[in-house]
Amino acid sequence: MEPNTVVCHQVTKVYRQNSVSVHALTDINLEIPKRDFACLSGPSGSGKSTLLNLIGGLDKPTSGEISVDGQRVDQMAKSELAALRLHKIGFVFQAYNLIPVLTARENVEFVMQLQGLSAGDRRDKAMQILKEVDLTGLENRRPAELSGGQQQRVAVARAIVSEPSLVLADEPTANLDSKTAQALMELLVHMNTDHNVTFIFSTHDKLVMDFSRRLIKLHDGKIVEDKRRE
Amino acid sequence: MDNLLRLAWRNLWRNKRRTWLTVSAIAFITVLMVFLITLQLGSYDLMIDSSLRIFTGQMQVQREGYLEKPQIRTVIPEAQAVAQRLRAEPALDQVGVAVRAQAFALASSANRSFGVQVVGSEPEFEPKVSTIPHQIKTGRWLKDLHAQEAVLGSTLAQNLRINVGDELTLLGAAMDGSVAATVLPVVGIFESGMIDLDRVTVTLPLATFQEIFGLGSNAHAIVFLAPDLKQLPALYTEVERQIPPTPSLVVLNWERLIPGLKQLTQADWTTGWFMYIALIAVVTFSILNTFIMSVLERTREFGIMLALGATPLRIGSLVFTETVFLALLGLGIGVGLGLVIAGFLSVYGFTYPGLKELMGQYGLPGLIYPQLSAVSILLGPAVILAFILVAALYPALRIRKLEAVEAIHAV
Ligand SMILES: Nc1ncnc2c1ncn2[C@@H]1O[C@H](COP(=O)(O)OP(=O)(O)O)[C@@H](O)[C@H]1O
Ligand SMILES: [Mg+2]
Repeated sequence: MEPNTVVCHQVTKVYRQNSVSVHALTDINLEIPKRDFACLSGPSGSGKSTLLNLIGGLDKPTSGEISVDGQRVDQMAKSELAALRLHKIGFVFQAYNLIPVLTARENVEFVMQLQGLSAGDRRDKAMQILKEVDLTGLENRRPAELSGGQQQRVAVARAIVSEPSLVLADEPTANLDSKTAQALMELLVHMNTDHNVTFIFSTHDKLVMDFSRRLIKLHDGKIVEDKRRE
Repeated sequence: MDNLLRLAWRNLWRNKRRTWLTVSAIAFITVLMVFLITLQLGSYDLMIDSSLRIFTGQMQVQREGYLEKPQIRTVIPEAQAVAQRLRAEPALDQVGVAVRAQAFALASSANRSFGVQVVGSEPEFEPKVSTIPHQIKTGRWLKDLHAQEAVLGSTLAQNLRINVGDELTLLGAAMDGSVAATVLPVVGIFESGMIDLDRVTVTLPLATFQEIFGLGSNAHAIVFLAPDLKQLPALYTEVERQIPPTPSLVVLNWERLIPGLKQLTQADWTTGWFMYIALIAVVTFSILNTFIMSVLERTREFGIMLALGATPLRIGSLVFTETVFLALLGLGIGVGLGLVIAGFLSVYGFTYPGLKELMGQYGLPGLIYPQLSAVSILLGPAVILAFILVAALYPALRIRKLEAVEAIHAV
């Protein structure tokens, strides 16, 4: 059995706005082993984004423990979280992932640049990964000159390029038509197997769920089903 | 780090129109500051230069202690001989050098008396250090060193009810303490434009003065006037080197002679800056507003950057760098234009209606030449830069409070 990349123990998240409190997640227990390709599914408002954000250290749980690669994310300071995200976690969001003034290649290089890689290394790696996501020839285009699907590919390339332990993708296909969505999912599967990266993505699209090897269903902030589909 | 610069530079041009508007605003206030400050400093130069040209000169040699306590016996021995040697110096070729003797006396006409300052001047050399010989309203200037005659200020003439051709009685104390008294015909009345001078001054030929006041070949001041005030430091060193070591003579520049003149410009300078700071602050606030807008509309983008592992410090630096670019662009254009305008005016001079007439009346130039120096040109822009950078800290620091999750969900 692989060691776990992500472990959630009794994770609860309550949003408090004025006098109203929203229980976005309640007592979540979850283990995601290395190289897993897990899908969080569930209707809108079920807590998918909240869970991904907590795992990625973008937000803190109200209670419970979360570890990524054995490190307690819920106890980290902001600066440690930034470093963790920089080196261990890749993010893909629903849309507008890219920095508009940078070209596809520069967007991919952005993270490596923060990591302090040399210009030559950055360039080589970026060109290589852009080839893998089938964007050769479009490296110097800016996001506005790329289609939605192409933009998401750049985002995937950026998330994967520095070989993180974990990629979190929150509804990466939500803004794509079904054909493009399927192509993107095929790409993610590819990345998962070729690069040995753990993937957790969310969707409420049945078609997209079918690509996963593990389907975790959320409802009202609770896991209602968790099954392997090998 | 060059990538941060590149990203900042590109961000600057996301909204070209807004950037150009901001750059224009910075350039405009910069040009205005360069124009106002160089002109203000130039106007001080003109004011100081004009004031000195009337009577005091830019520099004087005196006996030590005379400035503090102008007693008739605190003299420069053989003053004319000393002056004559200085005039022969090639370094002082263009410089006016004139000897003066001075004393207080009671001046009386047929029915009135006033306390006056009697000045003994060299009729030949006085016109090179003072405008008074050129500003004779009625009559004429003193004829020669030994002439028995007097020229006096217009207000004094009025007060004494005296005119050219009338006689003036002077009563004072001679160098040895005895009574000095004389009656001289008035040959000219001057109007220098300096009220105090026109009210108290009586001018006699130097030799006549020395005779009346028992001064012998002594005098009280050697007055210097160079074509340009800028030559003063060099002139000062030269004269200090040339004057005889005994008795103790001192070289006094105008700042020592009339300390009030410098203070006047300093007071005006301070008031001027109240206005400038207010202007700069207003422009800075309007610029700050656009900084904040440009940051707010990129909240989501910054959220993505945070998610990718960028630190708030880095994003803050990015925003700050954008502002620095913006400021440098505006300042660069502004200083360039300001230099062109100030340069043009430093050749052709600047005047406003009435100034030329007013100054010309007293034989003074009425054109202000902007002061062109590194300080006069860069002082305004430096203050503007400081204001903008301080303002830029605000949005940059606000980014520290940015929460990734909220930022990503912002539209
Ligand atoms: N910042 C927030 N403040 C208050 N309530 C929130 C916030 N974010 C999410 N929620 C609430 O938490 C619940 C889960 O939201 P979310 O995780 O976005 O669900 P999903 O991604 O599955 O649509 C929803 O009821 C939502 O309204
Ligand atoms: Mg969501």
